[in-house]
Amino acid sequence: MSDPASTAEARLPKDIAAEKGMVNVQIDGVWRQVPKGTRMIEACRMFAVEVPHYCYHPKLSSPGNCRMCLVQMGMPPRPAPGQEPVRDENGYESIGWMPRPVIACANTVGENMGIRTTGELVEKCREGVMEFLLINHPLDCPICDQAGECRLQEHSVGHGRGQSRFVDMKVKKPKNVDIGPRIRLDDERCIMCSRCIRFMDEVAGDPVLGFTQRGTYTTLTVHPGRKLDSNYSLNTADICPVGALTSNDFRFQMRVWFLKETKTIDVNCGTGANIVVWTRGNKIHRITPRQNDEVNSCWMPDSHRLNFHYIDSDHRLTEPLVKKDGRHHAASWTDALAAVRAGLDRFSAAETAIIASARMTNEELHLTMELAEARGIEEITTVPRSGESDGILISADRNPNTTGARLVWRREDPSFRLAGILDGVRSGKIKALLVLGEDLTEAGFTADDLAKLDFIASTQLLAGPTAEASDVVLPGAAFAEKRGSMVNVTGRLQRLNRAVEPQGQSRDDWEILRDLAGRKEPHLIEDVFKSMAAKVPEFEGLNLSKIGDLGKAVVETGVTIPLLENERARKAAGQIVG
Amino acid sequence: MEILIQLAIILAKVIGLTFLVVLPLVPISVYFERRFSAVIQDRVGPNRVGIPLTLLGMKKDFHFFGLVQPMADGLKLFLKEDFTPVHVRKAFYWLAPALTVIPALVTVCVVPFGSPIEIGGREVELVIANLDVGPLFVFAVSSLAVYGITLAGWSSNSKYPFVGGVRSTAQMISYEIALGLSIIPVLLYYGDLNLSNIVQHQADHGWLLLPFWGHDAENPFIHKLLFLIPALIAFLIFTISIFAETNRMPFDLPECETELVGGYHTEYSSMKFAMFFMGEYAAMVIGSALIVTLFLGGWSVGFGADAWISGLAIGSFKFGGLIHLGVFLAKLVAFILFFILVRWTVPRFRYDQLMRLGWVIFFEAALINVFLAALIVAAPQFTAAITITGGIVLLAVTGALIWVLRVSEPKTLPNQGLLGSN
Amino acid sequence: MPVIKVKRPPLATGEKFYLGAVFKGFIITLRHAIDSMRGKTRGAKDLASSGLGATMQFPEQRWDDHMPEYYRGAPALVTDEQGRERCVSCQLCEFICPPKAIKIEPGEIPSDDPWAKVEKRPKEFDIDMTRCIYCGMCEEVCPEQAIYLRKDYLITGGTRAEMIHDKKKLYEIGGVRVGLVNKWNELK
Repeated sequence: MSDPASTAEARLPKDIAAEKGMVNVQIDGVWRQVPKGTRMIEACRMFAVEVPHYCYHPKLSSPGNCRMCLVQMGMPPRPAPGQEPVRDENGYESIGWMPRPVIACANTVGENMGIRTTGELVEKCREGVMEFLLINHPLDCPICDQAGECRLQEHSVGHGRGQSRFVDMKVKKPKNVDIGPRIRLDDERCIMCSRCIRFMDEVAGDPVLGFTQRGTYTTLTVHPGRKLDSNYSLNTADICPVGALTSNDFRFQMRVWFLKETKTIDVNCGTGANIVVWTRGNKIHRITPRQNDEVNSCWMPDSHRLNFHYIDSDHRLTEPLVKKDGRHHAASWTDALAAVRAGLDRFSAAETAIIASARMTNEELHLTMELAEARGIEEITTVPRSGESDGILISADRNPNTTGARLVWRREDPSFRLAGILDGVRSGKIKALLVLGEDLTEAGFTADDLAKLDFIASTQLLAGPTAEASDVVLPGAAFAEKRGSMVNVTGRLQRLNRAVEPQGQSRDDWEILRDLAGRKEPHLIEDVFKSMAAKVPEFEGLNLSKIGDLGKAVVETGVTIPLLENERARKAAGQIVG
Repeated sequence: MEILIQLAIILAKVIGLTFLVVLPLVPISVYFERRFSAVIQDRVGPNRVGIPLTLLGMKKDFHFFGLVQPMADGLKLFLKEDFTPVHVRKAFYWLAPALTVIPALVTVCVVPFGSPIEIGGREVELVIANLDVGPLFVFAVSSLAVYGITLAGWSSNSKYPFVGGVRSTAQMISYEIALGLSIIPVLLYYGDLNLSNIVQHQADHGWLLLPFWGHDAENPFIHKLLFLIPALIAFLIFTISIFAETNRMPFDLPECETELVGGYHTEYSSMKFAMFFMGEYAAMVIGSALIVTLFLGGWSVGFGADAWISGLAIGSFKFGGLIHLGVFLAKLVAFILFFILVRWTVPRFRYDQLMRLGWVIFFEAALINVFLAALIVAAPQFTAAITITGGIVLLAVTGALIWVLRVSEPKTLPNQGLLGSN
Repeated sequence: MPVIKVKRPPLATGEKFYLGAVFKGFIITLRHAIDSMRGKTRGAKDLASSGLGATMQFPEQRWDDHMPEYYRGAPALVTDEQGRERCVSCQLCEFICPPKAIKIEPGEIPSDDPWAKVEKRPKEFDIDMTRCIYCGMCEEVCPEQAIYLRKDYLITGGTRAEMIHDKKKLYEIGGVRVGLVNKWNELK
């Protein structure tokens, strides 16, 4: 080692950090390098130091009103004119600690800053904040739906003082308030963090929530004459750190500690929002968004979130049906599959068409194509399904896997043959149809068209006109019941995971397709992906595990998600941490 | 006509002695087992099942100490689900229970139950088959029972039954030798292999272990007294080996619950299990009968009263044999009670101890005992010098054997368990 | 850990035969047997013993008078003195129950109910008594003091369905319990 003083003079830590656009911060006694301009709370989080907080949310502005994230801060004392700053042997200046705490969520780090997240001062402050927050809290955890995932519970165990010294009457506030079709408000539980207000203002663009009154009487309310009826209202229940906002749909259904979490993706539109499916046994109890900054940030629309009750509804088909003398009878899988094969064998390839769906996974589309090629069927299509983008998260393409179908089938428009098939059916050229998961009445077919066909076999989730018209109905699996992959509108390959077993006797669709082709192989969906990846250059070198929870961008489509654009702009403007 | 009557008598004996005398003893010994073990352990035991008179509108049920309990047990076992696991080898699995019961019941046929009775001038022996090779027949047939247990253990296709079956086989083979050798002195003494004759001899000249009457020139008292020594050794070895043969408590390793769940019958249920249960108790009954017959005078009352009892008659019906039958059964039950007492007193052996006891101690002891008995039996025909020389040689051999045993005994090793290594 | 090496005591020649010990054993067991048959068993005078050993003759003689204060019998739900359900179906007992005997379906109290403030109560509350092990964890964990182990011990049934105690049956066993629960308090 050379002389330490000369090295320090030559290469001070602040200079080394500054070259990389970093600053040196001492977090709980350890010197770290963090990017310049980082919030203190984020700097701590980078090094697994948790700072308790309520109001701070990286995707929202930081008003700093809960005071839970108080930490002790210190900066080097300013040297007198002409005096050199005092440095220790590593080149760091000594820190002069401030006697009062600061909030970690709204302050940014600086060179040679010190942060203490423990110690008597910080712990005293947290105890005090917790005690104040709990003054008017009703402590009805046994009733409250948030119990088990409640920040107030967690922090009062971790940082509270155990008992209250408050002897007066608690303030009475409205309970069980109907503020919107999907959200219930309990004002007594509210700790005034204002996350919901900021979310509705900044992300959903529908600022209907706000505080009225002052001080201890501060009350969260909805704007007079308005309701919290935005299609993004349920996100407020997600970000509410306490049980003030709860979902009507999930209210009192099940305690969260019973629920198993499965990471998968939403299939209601082309965005493919990342979600967590919460199940107990074989029943789905709720769906919540999962953070993926390339797809849906932290949010998802209510319409998509609540669209899972059909999975175990009365309309769900749970056993294979074969039509005999105009009536459907339950059959075994072996018989039903044999009936489909026999039915299709009666017609030539030219008389047969396959209507697949862009709601199917890549693996299923791949097997469908293989089935068509094996039978020599030319007429194979998906059904387009488009709506209007809401300018936030919902994509104009309401099929979740149109891009996937394009890639797997190697076609610019996988649905271009649909019109031809419809004409063929009407002219009597096409006599047999294999329908995979689509309701044909949505695709322009009328009941008369269906009646013209000699043979219809379909895989269906729910009872409907197509299932009714089919000669053989094979019950398939819903999105939460299967594994597989899809490509969203931005060209991101994402993964579906199985949260529940298929209802009744229904089966994974890829297995049905394999059995329809009369094949024994493959046994695993991984093998399906492997054979598909061999044909699709975009999927080369990938497999289901390599996709990961957050997906992989495989193709450039030029489509963007408006919410993410908005978020990036606000981040660039410094309004949010992002 | 004559042959028909003979057939009828044989049939009556088979049915009467097997199904009316021995088989009822099985549930009765089960009942005794439960009651006796209960009183030993300061409990009550089954005392409820009786005749439910209250069902017929009377005031009180008739419990009679729960004597009907064995029937209830039997009924329960009969009505249970007869479950055959899928992983068993069906043919052998079904055969095994029968293979344990049948040998035990077949051996009944040579056991003399009483002195002959006379009905209308026709003498009827109270033994199904008066074979001249009684003990050999018993050994030959009763050791077949091991096939039942081994097959049960193997065909169950499951580890605990298998270990139980293997243990049983090894145990039976080991103790068969001691068992056979130990009764050679007894047979030498009687000079006869017919069990009826053996019992008759005991009735006339005193029981083997109680030779206090019926002395005459051919059977002097001093000779009988001298023979008590090998007789007692033989009795001890024979009794203990019978315990091992019947898989009874200090030697019930094939089905020891603490190690093997249920042993060889783990996979059995309902009547198939009941058959193992029955076979085990039937073997115990037969074992007791054999011990009583060979050592304790069989049906004999003793003290010279047997001839008088045999002579009792009402008209032409000499019913003394029936009294002897009762005496025999009383002795049998007493010995069964001894079996039970042993079970609830002596803890189970370790398997190596069991093997050591059989091969190292009983085998040698029975062997020496054969020569000792031969010496005593033959003594009157030889001069004193030859007898004494023989005695000295025997002593020397015994001493040498004991010395070899002591030397070959494993040294107590220093404590080298998990604790010792610390 | 201190290690004590224990040496087996060497046996005398007489002891090596074991027969003496076996006979001593016979005497002990026989003495017990004879004492039992004479009605002089140890413990025969305790509790309401039948005199036949220390055993109680069950249907005629019962535990009832000797039940200790801490006896844990069948779990049951209790109401307060005004007949209100204490249970709010927080499902903590369902969570803690080691044999998973408890099954609760939560329900909402309709807003026209006078106690709508509490919002939640069990719609279904089933305890499978074929599974229950009477451990008392549910009583321990209950934040509303709504479930108690009562002294009922004769839980029998002819079918499995009979052995499942539903909400009605549980309240029937449980009865009323007076005590501090202030969830109904408007201002607490």
